[in-house]
Amino acid sequence: MSKNLFAVAGLFNTPDEIIKASKAVNKQYKKFDVNTPYPVHGMDSAMGLKSSKLGYFALAFGLTGMLIALSLMTWVTTKEYPLVIGGKPFFSLPAFIPITFELTVLLASIGTVLSMIFIFFKLPNNSHPIHDTNYMKSVSNDKYGIYVLAEDDNFDAEKVKALFASLGAADISEILYNEDDLEEDVQVYQHFKIFDKKFVVGLLSIVVVVSGLAYYMLNKLFYMAPYNWMMTQSKVIPQAPVSDNFADGFPMRNPVEGTVAKGFMPYEYKGKPEEAEKNLINPSEVTPENLALGKIKFDIYCSPCHGYFGKGDSRLNGQFPNPPSLHSEKARNFKDGRIFHIITDGQNNVMPGYYKQLSRDDRWAVVNYVRVLQRSLNAKEEDLK
Amino acid sequence: MSSKIEYTKQPIPANWTKIGMILTVLGLALVGASFAMDSTRATFNSILGMMFIISIGLGALFTIGIEYLAGAVWSTPYRRVAEILASVVLIVPIFAIPGLIKMHDVFHWSHAEALQDAILKNKSAYLNTTFFIVRMVAVFIIWIVFYFIFTKNSEKQDITKDQKLTKRNIKFSALFMPLFAISLTIMAVDWMMSLEPHWFSTIYGVYYFAGTFLTGLSFITIIAISLNERGLLVKGLGEDHYYSLGAMMFAFVNFWAYIAFSQYLLIWYANLPEETYWFINRYEGSWAYVSYGLVFVHFVIPYIILLPQPAKKDPKRLKLAAFILIFAHIYDLYWLIMPTYTKQHGIEGMVFSFYEIAFPVLIIGVVMVWFGIMSKNKNLVPIGDPKLQQAIDFHL
Repeated sequence: MSKNLFAVAGLFNTPDEIIKASKAVNKQYKKFDVNTPYPVHGMDSAMGLKSSKLGYFALAFGLTGMLIALSLMTWVTTKEYPLVIGGKPFFSLPAFIPITFELTVLLASIGTVLSMIFIFFKLPNNSHPIHDTNYMKSVSNDKYGIYVLAEDDNFDAEKVKALFASLGAADISEILYNEDDLEEDVQVYQHFKIFDKKFVVGLLSIVVVVSGLAYYMLNKLFYMAPYNWMMTQSKVIPQAPVSDNFADGFPMRNPVEGTVAKGFMPYEYKGKPEEAEKNLINPSEVTPENLALGKIKFDIYCSPCHGYFGKGDSRLNGQFPNPPSLHSEKARNFKDGRIFHIITDGQNNVMPGYYKQLSRDDRWAVVNYVRVLQRSLNAKEEDLK
Repeated sequence: MSSKIEYTKQPIPANWTKIGMILTVLGLALVGASFAMDSTRATFNSILGMMFIISIGLGALFTIGIEYLAGAVWSTPYRRVAEILASVVLIVPIFAIPGLIKMHDVFHWSHAEALQDAILKNKSAYLNTTFFIVRMVAVFIIWIVFYFIFTKNSEKQDITKDQKLTKRNIKFSALFMPLFAISLTIMAVDWMMSLEPHWFSTIYGVYYFAGTFLTGLSFITIIAISLNERGLLVKGLGEDHYYSLGAMMFAFVNFWAYIAFSQYLLIWYANLPEETYWFINRYEGSWAYVSYGLVFVHFVIPYIILLPQPAKKDPKRLKLAAFILIFAHIYDLYWLIMPTYTKQHGIEGMVFSFYEIAFPVLIIGVVMVWFGIMSKNKNLVPIGDPKLQQAIDFHL
């Protein structure tokens, strides 16, 4: 295995010296590089570097992100799944701008880092002759290093060494490489390949161990049951013969006698129309709102048989017996309580009770509305004044 | 690198004062004509002018304060330019006079019958003439006092080279920062937001601050680069030192856009009629083009100019961006103030004629003359500052 000269390297102690050295080297050689433990200000101009092309990659990726975000949102909100949000038009640019900004920045930063690694650092080939040398150990610690490549046109190892010595280098060394590591087609020094068998196996085993550990910790060690009390509460399961809630095998108790359900008033005149007429007093106040409520309820529940004006003109085409008119003398002379009773309890086995459909207040509102209908056809003298 | 600071005091170019004089005379003539022809419109423009000159002075004063507080090194060679520029806070009160005299023409909350308006009645604890003037005087006093503190200490250091003076100014700048934030917000709210007293936006002060700092920075950039090109600043300043000015301007172009857009987005999204009408006023008729133009003048164009890294080192492009930003701030103030005028006077769409030019011309002229007067007996670089050598040695 023959070793070839890659470069001649010099180490310096201070940033001022390395700037002076790179200025001097820049005058004579083209292929050289500087390594410092941290970015040294003024190095770009001392090395005669042109400004980096990386910015163009950032710009291109940023514009791509902007375009993707804008076109995706435009397509989704105007074509694929249009939704009215806050009464805004489907295409509303101000709402898109935050997301456009996010994606622009995201793609620009990720794209910049990736293009730096893949294009400028030539990623799959991450090996370099200066790796694992004393020179590298020094410049990543407390020294400032510069090396001139052997492939430079003006290269002469002795002259470079003399130049470094005249600049006050603390240490001068030669950097060598194995000829076997040199790939044929490209000028790349392959000492260590990223797709090396050992490296790939190591990477895979790390993946397996880490994901196994994560699975064990999240699903076994620190497992917390989700919200599940409906699964474990005491209950009667369908088809189960008895419940063990109570000794008699029933899951619930009967309510105490006389219990009244919330929001429910027992009706005490069931089947007693005369008593209802005598005792019930209309508690509601006749207001436009109350009458409007009465009209709505009447139109929904009463008008199919009684007709919109209570004339008994059913809309059911004889499928159900027509009721008598509400404008008859008898009906007009009913007290409010009697009408309320009829709505609540039904009448003559033909009209059912409507206490399930209409609340107490609704029923009184309907009573008031029926009164309005009656008055409309049999107006009193005073109404004409 | 221990080179000595090489600086000899030279007067600033004579033609600056000459151009300043011409602009001042021209501006005075325009201002006089505009007051003679339509005093209400001229008063609205005087508010524009006052807010513009506050932006110049306070932008510079803020630059001084933030340099001390943050321990910034890059701005030290330019600090004396900022200090001289900050001296315009001494002449700011003159520009408040027209607004105060013709107060009832512009601030309709100052009318007696405004108390019949329920909203204005509730706001009257803050928005009343007495408290308005008290606030204004207090704000002016704060600015002038801090201007004198900063500059006296800094100028004394030229001779004594005493490092304690820097420490003293650091303490004062820590005190100045909250006062600056409050006082600038008060001025923006009092003089611009209260033109439409029903409307409110809590981000308004920050919005005005973004423009203020950009304007101050743009003036410093133009003056410092022009002086340095003539060799009137300290030896050794160059592209590397311009870079930070450009980077700061670029950052605050984005900051302004961020604040302006935040204000717009929140009001647009919430869609409350008591907030949206302010933007609707600026969207009716030809005002819409002014509003769209603002996005380009204040954000898109300076952003594109300042985006590449070489632009931040190139004096030509930096000066161009700075001129655009100064224009953008005047444009911004015009957009903030004048729609109220057209709305109140039933004018459809935008108005633009010599009224709107008068005050910016006058103020740029006055600032140039004033800069000449104030810089006469001063060094143009803080030669006693302990950070100066480090700033000159800076390389990218």
